[in-house]
Amino acid sequence: MIGTIRGQNLLSLDNVSREAIVEVLDTAESFVEVNRRSIKKVPALKGRVVASLFFEESTRTRLSFETAAKRLSADVLSLAVASSSVKKGESLRDTIATIDALGIDAVVMRHQSSGAALQVSRYVPHVHVINAGDGLHQHPTQGLLDAFTIRQVLAERMGISGAESGSELFNGLRILIVGDIRHSRVARSDIAAYVTLGAQVRVAAPGTLLPADIENWPVTVVDSFDEALEWADVVGLLRLQRERGSGSFVPSLGEFTQTFGLTVERAKRLRPSTIIMHPGPMNRGVEIDSRVADLPAAVIERQVANGVPIRMAVLYLTVAGSKEEVVS
Amino acid sequence: MSSIVLRGGLVVGESSAEVGDVLIVDGRIAAVGVVADAPGDAVEVDASGCWVGPGLVDLHTHLREPGREEAETIESGAAAGALGGFTALVAMPNTEPALDNVALVSYVLDRGARTPLDIAVAGAITQGRRGEMLAPLAEMAELGVRLFTDDGIGVQDPSLMRRALTYAKPLGVRLAQHCEDELLAGGGSMNEGAVSSRLGLVGRPALAEELMVLRDIELVRLTGGAVHFLHLSTKRSLDVVVSARNEGLPVTFEVAPHHFTLDETACEQFDPLFKVHPPLRPRRDVEALRKAMRSGLVDAVATDHAPHAPELKDLPFDEAPAGMLGLEHVASLTFEALGSEDASPLRFFALLSRGPARIAQLRNSDVRIRHSGHGGVLAAGEDANLVVFDTETRWTARSSELHSRATNSPYDGRELAGKVRATIAKGRLVVNEGVLA
Repeated sequence: MIGTIRGQNLLSLDNVSREAIVEVLDTAESFVEVNRRSIKKVPALKGRVVASLFFEESTRTRLSFETAAKRLSADVLSLAVASSSVKKGESLRDTIATIDALGIDAVVMRHQSSGAALQVSRYVPHVHVINAGDGLHQHPTQGLLDAFTIRQVLAERMGISGAESGSELFNGLRILIVGDIRHSRVARSDIAAYVTLGAQVRVAAPGTLLPADIENWPVTVVDSFDEALEWADVVGLLRLQRERGSGSFVPSLGEFTQTFGLTVERAKRLRPSTIIMHPGPMNRGVEIDSRVADLPAAVIERQVANGVPIRMAVLYLTVAGSKEEVVS
Repeated sequence: MSSIVLRGGLVVGESSAEVGDVLIVDGRIAAVGVVADAPGDAVEVDASGCWVGPGLVDLHTHLREPGREEAETIESGAAAGALGGFTALVAMPNTEPALDNVALVSYVLDRGARTPLDIAVAGAITQGRRGEMLAPLAEMAELGVRLFTDDGIGVQDPSLMRRALTYAKPLGVRLAQHCEDELLAGGGSMNEGAVSSRLGLVGRPALAEELMVLRDIELVRLTGGAVHFLHLSTKRSLDVVVSARNEGLPVTFEVAPHHFTLDETACEQFDPLFKVHPPLRPRRDVEALRKAMRSGLVDAVATDHAPHAPELKDLPFDEAPAGMLGLEHVASLTFEALGSEDASPLRFFALLSRGPARIAQLRNSDVRIRHSGHGGVLAAGEDANLVVFDTETRWTARSSELHSRATNSPYDGRELAGKVRATIAKGRLVVNEGVLA
């Protein structure tokens, strides 16, 4: 268990303690305020170099991380290597060594292979490695920003600050995650964060889109989406990972939508207070109906917005590592 | 040729073991027991605290030549083998190009004859190991090839496997199968289970192996052809093959050292050193394999020694090639797995020498390049292929000290018990005091 991410890598949420997660959320809270200022910049990482290394296509995560780094005054080296290392004929070790030779403090890395960020962290032990998504494994900043968004919405409703609430608002919170769990690194990170923070998690998916050993996961499987609609305080939808071949795990997208899509009809059966989430990019009309995505209960854009303060918090804690106050 | 005397070791026979000396003269065992009249110029090897037995035989070595000489050559593989106590290796045919014809098999036999060991060859079952057309099994059998395999991949098409067995049967050869149904294995890179699901790695289910084992047992029953099952890794695979063998079907099987020493949790750090097909399994399977070894149910331990150039093990886990080294550590790992039971010395040589020699038909085989006898009893007149295994030494495996060209051993830093002190191959002292002579 990692008690704090200060001065560490952030590779997975699997082994991160409740205290460490709350620390990130609280730190992000202070960065939200920075993002509201007319001059959205603090000098926390001035003179530090953050490399963003995306082996796999991404627009929002990459933009979000690079915005976060710039708002902390870090210099950003941005490298798009959107092709497999095998095809390039270069090993992961050589790629990272090349970037390391330029002089970097942190690398934000996305890769289509599970474990690639952990492997890279072994090659450059002096560099802080932040996993921006590795294969089907983990997407820890997404898990953190999803938890942050839930806490923010609930705290606002109660008129308190998120930071005051710690992890309390998660105690017994009922979160339903729906869709392609099997191929989702977001699901793995979300479940780790939610369960660690004290929530109850249920999952709904066609059997083929559940991992083969779902009984070992700290979640309850519900037989159908419909039976859990009224139960849920939060519904987290997942992108159907067609690019990872999950298309062949269901007979058709239409059938998936019929059985596990958040249609208008299903949305009507949710309690008015239920929060609807999606990590994006959405397949509108597949896992979520377009009209549902635009309901006030859907906080999808807020998730995107929160990506920046969460990633600022992660970069700040891992790279700066010290405890001094930086925001003022 | 000079003489060698092995002094005061536990000389391990087929059914009993006794402390004594072994005298080797001119490539043959001249005397066993108390040797008082050794020639004056005989090299003395102190074998006290050691097991002295027939040289080890590996049924499953990837020597990588031709095609991947940066990872291993026949020469470097033979050196690694000698240090591991081996006197004979069976070279696997998944080279580039594959060993699927007389010319290529001859090449490897010729190169092998220049090493201190006997190098036998397993030929490919199908042309180019593509699983489409039979390779010229009869022509290769004529050269002395006794095992055929597409190892690296199993023969997927049941109709082709049936035909291969029917064709092979009158040739007196055995088909060795890498059992994994590739469609069910689904391109996975580790065992399917709780660990793979947490790591987000696509899994190769145990059933992918077991289904092909079950299929091939039925094909053996149908055709009467003989099958050797390579590197079985699950309890269920062992159970069904043992039961088929008890029925009298011509089936044999081997286990690989990584499957009886490492479990799937070794993959948790995404280190491609631990990627292998079939994959490392859960602890319960590891324990089942060890128990089967101690119970005398296993026909052979075989290394599946699979050298890979270091840059290939720096790839992401799912892109890296499968396989790991084994020749230099397998004797110690087998010794450790057998534990200190009374039967352990007999089992050790049954698993690493007699069993594999019988399956490879290496005993005075009639290959064109004549190989010496392996896996025999220690008796006067036998070919001198022997190993002296020191049961008292403890040592630490170091990948930097390996004699393979490659370094992809999963055992770097592991404490090992027992070490090869001397290897006598074709009458020559090839390894002495644990180093190449």
